[in-house]
Amino acid sequence: MGSAAVRPPVVKARALYCPNCGGTVQLRGYAHTLTAVCINCLTVLDTSTPAVRILQQAQQKLDRPPTIPLGTRGKFRETLYEAIGFQIRQTQDDDAAIYEWNEYVLFNPYKGFRYLVEYQGHWNFVSTLRFVPLQTTHGGKPAVVAGGRTYVHFQTAMAKTVFVMGEFPWRVQVGEAVRAMDLIAPPYMLSAENTPNELVWSSGEYMTGAQIWQAFQIKDHGPPPAIGIYEDQPNPHRSRVGSAWTLCFWMLMLLISLAAILSSAARNETVFHQKYSFQARSGAEAAFVTPVFELKGHPSDVQIQIQTDLDNNWTYFGLALINSDTSDAFDFGREVSYYHGRDSDGSWVEGRKNDSVVIPSVPPGHYYLRVEPEMDTRSASTIFSSSAVNYELIVRRDVPTYVWYWLAAFLLLIPPIAIWYRAFSFERSRWLESDYGTQTSVSGASRSGDDD
Amino acid sequence: MSQRVANCPSCGAPVEFVWSGAVQTVCPFCRSILVRHDIDLRKVGEVADLPPDSSPIQIRTEGIYNNKAFVVVGRIMYEYEQGGWNEWHAVFSDGASGWISDAQSEYDVSFLNKSIQALPPSGEAYRGKEYVFENILYQVTSRTEAHYLGVEGELPFQYWDKSNVVFADLRSHEGRFGTLDYSGNPPLLYLGEPVEFEDLHFKNLRQFEGWS
Repeated sequence: MGSAAVRPPVVKARALYCPNCGGTVQLRGYAHTLTAVCINCLTVLDTSTPAVRILQQAQQKLDRPPTIPLGTRGKFRETLYEAIGFQIRQTQDDDAAIYEWNEYVLFNPYKGFRYLVEYQGHWNFVSTLRFVPLQTTHGGKPAVVAGGRTYVHFQTAMAKTVFVMGEFPWRVQVGEAVRAMDLIAPPYMLSAENTPNELVWSSGEYMTGAQIWQAFQIKDHGPPPAIGIYEDQPNPHRSRVGSAWTLCFWMLMLLISLAAILSSAARNETVFHQKYSFQARSGAEAAFVTPVFELKGHPSDVQIQIQTDLDNNWTYFGLALINSDTSDAFDFGREVSYYHGRDSDGSWVEGRKNDSVVIPSVPPGHYYLRVEPEMDTRSASTIFSSSAVNYELIVRRDVPTYVWYWLAAFLLLIPPIAIWYRAFSFERSRWLESDYGTQTSVSGASRSGDDD
Repeated sequence: MSQRVANCPSCGAPVEFVWSGAVQTVCPFCRSILVRHDIDLRKVGEVADLPPDSSPIQIRTEGIYNNKAFVVVGRIMYEYEQGGWNEWHAVFSDGASGWISDAQSEYDVSFLNKSIQALPPSGEAYRGKEYVFENILYQVTSRTEAHYLGVEGELPFQYWDKSNVVFADLRSHEGRFGTLDYSGNPPLLYLGEPVEFEDLHFKNLRQFEGWS
């Protein structure tokens, strides 16, 4: 290239004197800075012309400085940006509640301006959008499509600047308010600010305080804690819902396979089967023992079935499965009752004639049952029931049991349902803060829509 | 790129031409605005000192756009109420001439469109208006009444005696960019796209103190 080319020297940051207090004002944003605030007296200065003009005076001093000191540089998407401006903005909802947030101006002389927006410990890294989003609707709400993502309208509010500090590449004044509209596609959001000249679209990406502090390498204090759920905060549970259901599905498949394999492997062997009759007689000893039968193989379950011919009656069976070698006993009682009839609501049935009980993990050995039936002796006097019962006792070794599988299936369903519910609750909390959150806000949204 | 040198008719200094198609240039030494007539250079005016600007681009900045190398040979500088901006005139390796507009380090690349004849008159092109150019729907996103500040280097046309000019910025849904330029009659249409700094693979940029 030609040596005669005029090459401007290295560009230096400009410094000027505050016409109000005479203090030095450093312009880190070079000629881009249109508004600068004197660090000493907080006078707002128009720096767009060589003759610096006072735009605004007597700004209230801030009781706490910005958490990111101006002049700090941080790395975002591989680019170093310097925090050069800071403003506090607020909005007021229909209940006169004031919401206040912070906005930082970030600058790199080659890449231009970016912004950080912080609300209660939630951050967004913001760039201006260079195209016009396409308007649409989504789930009954206004929405726009931009860059292949659908952003759903969250809220529209007047955003008023209440404090400024540092430098701005636009003319800013305390008290200025613009209508700002937020649309979300977490972790992304779009904002449209209606300035007199232009509808300015910007796109934000949600960042945590820890990420911001990492970008700026701030070590001497921590980021402000995040309070509540922010409008474009990613739902931490949503991405887990799908995988939880997938995992649950495969676990259930595994469980079904296991159940099929184990039940087909179960011997399901009848080791004892006998018919008995019982006649209730007051004072008589009804207890008896069965012959000894053998339970073979490894310790496994034993099913004892009682099949009766009860009819509008009950029998209580005091039972014990006793090992004849060791005298170890499994004591239990079963009440079998079966009643039926007709009343004004039609026919009814209560209870069952048959009963079944499974004793888990019974060691092999020789066993017998001790049986002691009991019945109500007074029922002998009624014509509907006799105080006698015929019943069969069936003992089966190593029966397939499904109750554990059902229980396991139920337990497997808990995590995905819990995760889904947390994702759902997160979304509900998020949208509670929107224009669609409460009845008053909804009417507020439609009201603000009317005066457009 | 072949370079030709002529002498400034005002101060006698050598004036280089990087681009053979240049119609106008500015003597870098005495700031005379020089217009080419055949082989002669004629002085038509002088450029006042340009206000300080903070564009990282300068005359002789090189880059690559869409796999084509370019060199920046000239610029037009404007300001409006939201600050100043530069229209950098870039000449590509295939001889094409294009524009890199740099407003607060947001960059758009555009080229003069000569095929569309019927352009909306200035009075019509207001914010929100939609136009279809080359089968793409554009919306007027802003209408800027700008103040001409000055020129530097080689331009494809005579451009010096200007004061207030009107531009209508166009954006599409797909990320295309355009400008309706009402600085002359008839109006001109530039079409292009917004680009990121990285997309232009710049070399020979200005240096900023404290930034490397």
